[in-house]
Amino acid sequence: MEFKNPQEELERFRIRLLVAGGLVLVCFSLLLARFVWLQVIQHEYYQTRAEDNRISLVPVVPNRGLIFDRNGVILANDYSAYTLEITPSKTHDLEKIIDGLAQLVDIEPKDRKRFRKLLEESRNFESLPIRTRLTDEEVAKFVANRYRFPGVDIKARLFRQYPNGAFASHLLGYIGRINDRDLKKIEEAYQDANYRGTDHFGKTGLEQRYEFELHGLAGFEQVEVDAGGRAVRTLARTAPVAGNNLTLTIDAELQRIAEQAFGSRRGSLVAIEPATGGVLALVSVPNYDPNVFIDGIDTQDWKQLNESPDKPMVNRALNGTYPPGSTFKPFMALAALSLGKRSPEQKIVDPGFFVFGGHTFRDDKKGGHGMVDMYHSIVQSCDTYYYILANDLGIDNISRFMGRFGLGQRTGIDIDGESEGVLPSQEWKRKRFRKPEQKKWFAGETISIGIGQGYNSYTPIQLAHATATLANNGVVNTPHLVKYITDTKTGERTNISLPPGRDLGLKQQHIDEIKKAMIGVNTEGTGARAFAGAEYVSAGKTGTAQVFSLKGADYKKESVRKELRDHALFIAFAPAEAPSIALAIVVENGGFGAQAAAPIARQVLDYYLLGKRPDAPAPIDEAAVEEERE
Amino acid sequence: MNRGIVFGIRSLVQRLVAPVDMPLLLIAVLLILLSIGMMGSASPERLNTQLINVAVAIVVMRALAQIPPQRLMHLAVPVYLAGVLLLIAVALFGDISKGARRWLNLGFMRAQPSELMKIAMPLLLAWFFQKREAMPRLRDYGIAACLLLLPVGLIARQPDLGTSILVLAAGFYVIFFAGLSWKIMVGMAVSALAAAPLAWNFLHDYQRSRIITLFDPEKDPLGKGFHIIQSTIAIGSGGIFGKGWREGTQAQLEFIPERHTDFIFAVFSEEFGLLGNVLLLALYALLIGRGLMIAANAATLFSRLLAGAVTMIFFTYAFVNMGMVAGILPVVGVPLPLVSYGGTALVTLFSGIGILMAIHSNRMLVQK
Repeated sequence: MEFKNPQEELERFRIRLLVAGGLVLVCFSLLLARFVWLQVIQHEYYQTRAEDNRISLVPVVPNRGLIFDRNGVILANDYSAYTLEITPSKTHDLEKIIDGLAQLVDIEPKDRKRFRKLLEESRNFESLPIRTRLTDEEVAKFVANRYRFPGVDIKARLFRQYPNGAFASHLLGYIGRINDRDLKKIEEAYQDANYRGTDHFGKTGLEQRYEFELHGLAGFEQVEVDAGGRAVRTLARTAPVAGNNLTLTIDAELQRIAEQAFGSRRGSLVAIEPATGGVLALVSVPNYDPNVFIDGIDTQDWKQLNESPDKPMVNRALNGTYPPGSTFKPFMALAALSLGKRSPEQKIVDPGFFVFGGHTFRDDKKGGHGMVDMYHSIVQSCDTYYYILANDLGIDNISRFMGRFGLGQRTGIDIDGESEGVLPSQEWKRKRFRKPEQKKWFAGETISIGIGQGYNSYTPIQLAHATATLANNGVVNTPHLVKYITDTKTGERTNISLPPGRDLGLKQQHIDEIKKAMIGVNTEGTGARAFAGAEYVSAGKTGTAQVFSLKGADYKKESVRKELRDHALFIAFAPAEAPSIALAIVVENGGFGAQAAAPIARQVLDYYLLGKRPDAPAPIDEAAVEEERE
Repeated sequence: MNRGIVFGIRSLVQRLVAPVDMPLLLIAVLLILLSIGMMGSASPERLNTQLINVAVAIVVMRALAQIPPQRLMHLAVPVYLAGVLLLIAVALFGDISKGARRWLNLGFMRAQPSELMKIAMPLLLAWFFQKREAMPRLRDYGIAACLLLLPVGLIARQPDLGTSILVLAAGFYVIFFAGLSWKIMVGMAVSALAAAPLAWNFLHDYQRSRIITLFDPEKDPLGKGFHIIQSTIAIGSGGIFGKGWREGTQAQLEFIPERHTDFIFAVFSEEFGLLGNVLLLALYALLIGRGLMIAANAATLFSRLLAGAVTMIFFTYAFVNMGMVAGILPVVGVPLPLVSYGGTALVTLFSGIGILMAIHSNRMLVQK
């Protein structure tokens, strides 16, 4: 057993103390080295990271450009309002939170459905509106209870508003919340940065086509944020630049009168200023209220709109395709003159039918029109004249000539998704059909093309465009809706770029013959009843397009179901000597053009030329008779 | 009469001050002032509570400074036994808070018995080695190790890795100063390294993830690595001179977690920079140096061992905390001594200072 030696023990202890002190120095030196590394050598890197932590760039969404009609009437504007928004990623039990909110502000089952739909479509971290347009009282109520609802916030935002509701909706279109497809478009346009704070995107109509004009330039705020991402203060701000305003060629009042003229009927009207191609009215009824789409439509309303047999979501003016019926005849006659196949005076004998290849093509007037020249063939709408003419011209001549008037082609109007329609030709048939026996064009098929039936199928915008070209003496102007774009910052106006007017090179003398006949339609022909007493000279042509093919049987309006009834058509321009307006009208299942479509044209022209406002929708003139039938 | 009162006050002050070691007190007060300054930046609303904590801790210090080490020795065994019993009680009936069973509800107050062990442990081991008549032999070290590992094990199971490391370190310092042979220490170090993979299996998931996070904090920047990343950014962005008091963006915008407790050093370092850090290290070095000096001159083996171990506790606290905040040690719940908010640690640390003062006033009177 070794006994303690106090002195030796103390020495040993003191050595250990020195070792411990040494350990302390080594460890502290290590810390010091680490501090020098972080604070001197790596200082800049960490400085940057601290700044990145602290400063956040917050986009400031620009005000969307406004849309005005040609007279400065506002068609789409912005207004400031409060929304109640939930950020789903910051909440746990969504249903519970919505239930809680419902006790403070009015939340209808509709709102919940709409919210759920938004949730499904939403991008990751965005906040979604559960209620829009809160009243001041609701805002106050929520603010007092905000602490109970983490992840829920009131936002003051600018909202798009279409002040006239269900009016001109097909041409204005609407904006809706950005989805994946919109994102792709934004990326393709290299607009990602500009859209960082933007929630909405033009979905249809002008809102879609002019999205990047209307959107504007986003501003940015440098905001100091805390670890929770809350803004503490604003360090710097670059103001946004509001989107450009659109001024349309549309005359809102004319548009309104045209829409109302349809009453409860379905159909379309397109009115064009022949000298410019500016669209004065573009009607597709029934309309829908574009306001409901802005922050998401609930599934029920969507289903209703989408499944309605009246198809309110279809823009008939651009996407409805109809056989032109007898409105085709003036163009057929012009083709005959241009190609030298007929002279105006040349007469044919109409026995009331035309036999070709063992098949009888009937005229609507029993017993026929007798001796008919070109003028009377248009005024009385004689089918036999055109059966024979079509046969004489041949399908490819017809097709080539009508192609020059823009039929069967997109007109190039500034709304996306325009339909082509069908301008039949041998080549078209070859491409259209698969089976070899169907690819061949039969000469018999040309006969009904002559009266605007058969494969013929055009959109109202094409018919209006062709009519305007005729009214404009064969000079083609591209139809367009936007007259000019106003830069909100400089006030500078820029006209939209259009191809220059293109002269088809038709003989004025030929055009005058056709115009004379169309004036005749409205004075002594099928349009005379509708235009009785008009204080201006107008030119027109009625048309009736078969929906239901009559296989030799008599057409009895009463016996045919409504949706199989003929479409009523009318084309017109006025004043005839110097046309300032040309239009085309289709009334779906309206019956005869003279009965349903011509009275609408009368109201529209009366307003546009004389300022006369109708006091009721255009009447249905049951007594009017289309020479084509009976 | 006036002179009488003045004399009376002066003698009272002298009696109050007599056992107090001025250098130690000065360093402690400087650290406390620094703590109050940081509290004013990191968490002003806690300033008053912390001042009360400081007052209580100084009273405890003053009380302990008066107790002669011989009397403390008598307390060693009962305090240790009480501590172990309380730890067992915690394991059986303790309250759970933040996933760990650390608190014992005594009805009138909640106590954290593990804190007591930080002082009780070196006290007991110092007593143990004092009691050996002969040079301690291997068996004695074995017994000491068992006395140490019992409470450490109980604390580690709560789980409270930070405190168990501190208690383990405190006990180990006593054994080290008592003269454990270098061979054994090297052997232990080697076997500890070898056993590390085994120990891995006994760690809780959160403890493991802390160690993983240490080696690669960027792997989980928003989760477990967030604390370390943000605190190193705070330190690094502070630069040489710091951003200024209450100007630290990382601290003021709440990117630093636990910024008034375990991570207060990040706030300090961001606002006062490398110069501040050097000052802080210097203060701790002075404190430890003074403590080791007191240990060197202590009268008895018990006093020496206790003073040495208590001093090194300060080192352990400071090194582990700053190392963790600077990202070179894993995140364990160890506060920055005398600076972090919290009454318990403050009382423990000032108790240590009080004991050092008591040992100092009872130092060897004969100097060679």
